Amino acid sequence: MIELIDVVRTFDGQRVLDGINLTIPRGKITVIIGKSGAGKSVLLKHLVGLLKPERGRILIDGFDITQAKGRQLQECRKKFGVLFQGGALFDSLTVFENVAFPLREKTRLSAAEIAVRTRQRLAQVNLSQEMEDKFPDELSGGMKKRVALARALIEEPEILLFDEPVTGLDPPMTNTVFHLIAKTHQEIGYTGVVVSHDIPAVFQVADYVAMLHQGKIIAWGSPAEVQANPLPMVQGFIRGEVNFLEG
Amino acid sequence: MKNLVSALGRGGLKIVQEAGEMALFLLAALGQACRRPFRFRRLMQEIHFIGLKSGLIVLLTASFTGMVLALQGYYTLRKYGSEGALGSAVALSLIRELGPVLTALMVSGRAGSAITAEIGIMRITEQLDALDTMAINPLQYVVMPKLLASLISVPLLTAIFDVVGIMGGYLIGVVLLGVSSGAYFSGIVQSVVSLDINGGMVKSLVFGLTIILVACYKGYFTGRGAEGVSRATTETVVLSAILVLAWDYVLTSFFM
Ligand SMILES: Nc1ncnc2c1ncn2[C@@H]1O[C@H](COP(=O)(O)OP(=O)(O)OP(=O)(O)O)[C@@H](O)[C@H]1O
Ligand SMILES: [Mg+2]
Repeated sequence: MIELIDVVRTFDGQRVLDGINLTIPRGKITVIIGKSGAGKSVLLKHLVGLLKPERGRILIDGFDITQAKGRQLQECRKKFGVLFQGGALFDSLTVFENVAFPLREKTRLSAAEIAVRTRQRLAQVNLSQEMEDKFPDELSGGMKKRVALARALIEEPEILLFDEPVTGLDPPMTNTVFHLIAKTHQEIGYTGVVVSHDIPAVFQVADYVAMLHQGKIIAWGSPAEVQANPLPMVQGFIRGEVNFLEG
Repeated sequence: MKNLVSALGRGGLKIVQEAGEMALFLLAALGQACRRPFRFRRLMQEIHFIGLKSGLIVLLTASFTGMVLALQGYYTLRKYGSEGALGSAVALSLIRELGPVLTALMVSGRAGSAITAEIGIMRITEQLDALDTMAINPLQYVVMPKLLASLISVPLLTAIFDVVGIMGGYLIGVVLLGVSSGAYFSGIVQSVVSLDINGGMVKSLVFGLTIILVACYKGYFTGRGAEGVSRATTETVVLSAILVLAWDYVLTSFFM
């Protein structure tokens, strides 16, 4: 379980997170929605301790990651797999090496075992064996996303953070990725946090939905509850109304 | 006038602060060398990049430096009728001064700026963050192997520079200008003492660590975007050159 208690973070005087209170239940997928620039990526980075809040606490299974340093922080991070919004693939490594990287660095599996698992993950995101030896800069945006997804999934971590896993993918691929997220969730039962704009498709994987607006969580609940939320901001966002986007 | 003084003061404070931050960065990164796992493969890759790939440029600069030293030295020494001292003049200049300095400057130009760009791009594309989230310390995975590689490669390159420079001087002084071969080498044997060689090696260790430290530090703390990385790269080249020359004065006065 992840708990955020009154988390505040400002950038250059701008309050991006303004007192976030949110509970992310263990073993469930929580989807975070909110307009571009609302601070979703910033929120996600706080969860792994890449950014530190000015105020507030973030408890990962009761352990406060905002205060952790060095060894303790590393131990805590071993629970996480992260898909970055930009992919964050290592550009000096091939597709195969990128996906195999966490296993090579952090486990004692044999090379053959690593190859099997890596190929399996790559196949799940529809990347064929010819793609294995390409470098990230030879890939399309959507392919990078899928490689990054395979890398995030490979270790089967306890907690998975996905920052916009389907942005830039075509509709069939979007469904494939959501399907993969749901399927691996069934298999390994991770605690998931998915940031996505892709409404309503993202609701199909969500156990809970939280909406971030002006630094606060203004709506939280099951997909049905959030869709029925009477707040104009929530309704406007879900229906994609223009005046909301401008406001 | 008051503005000028306060601007100078602010500049001075900034320099001191940055020097302190760099020292802390160095300690943190070298401290990672004692942590498991020791990344031998990464070290080899960095020695390949910093050391081996700088070989050609070091050979070239070394031979031309040795040749021009012989030419200039011959011209000056002949006025006093002591062309025989050419060997010792060439060897001492190279071993004590030019070998370490020029090697460091060449390695900095070739590898230093590339390292800043590499680490800077890793920073802005979140690759360093990705390492962090995989519970792999980027200082250990990215920075520490480069620092160790500099400590191993730059002294070796300097030694090569010295030898090749002396051979270049031989080519011009002995083969072309007719200084006796025996005089050239016996001059070297008689004048070069172990303090010269040790001093040169200490210099090359310090310079090597300095240039790669600056390169890693500037990349690690790069500004935003492509512009931030390009500024960091420029700063690396300028700052390493200044630091090498400043260290050179300090160390020379120490080893006199
Ligand atoms: N490192 C940083 N320094 C300064 N400001 C930042 C930094 N990172 C994010 N911000 C600011 O925080 C705000 C939220 O950014 P964030 O990337 O979290 O948005 P987002 O909700 O993920 O948007 P999108 O859906 O477009 O990805 C933005 O206004 C951004 O300018
Ligand atoms: Mg974002």
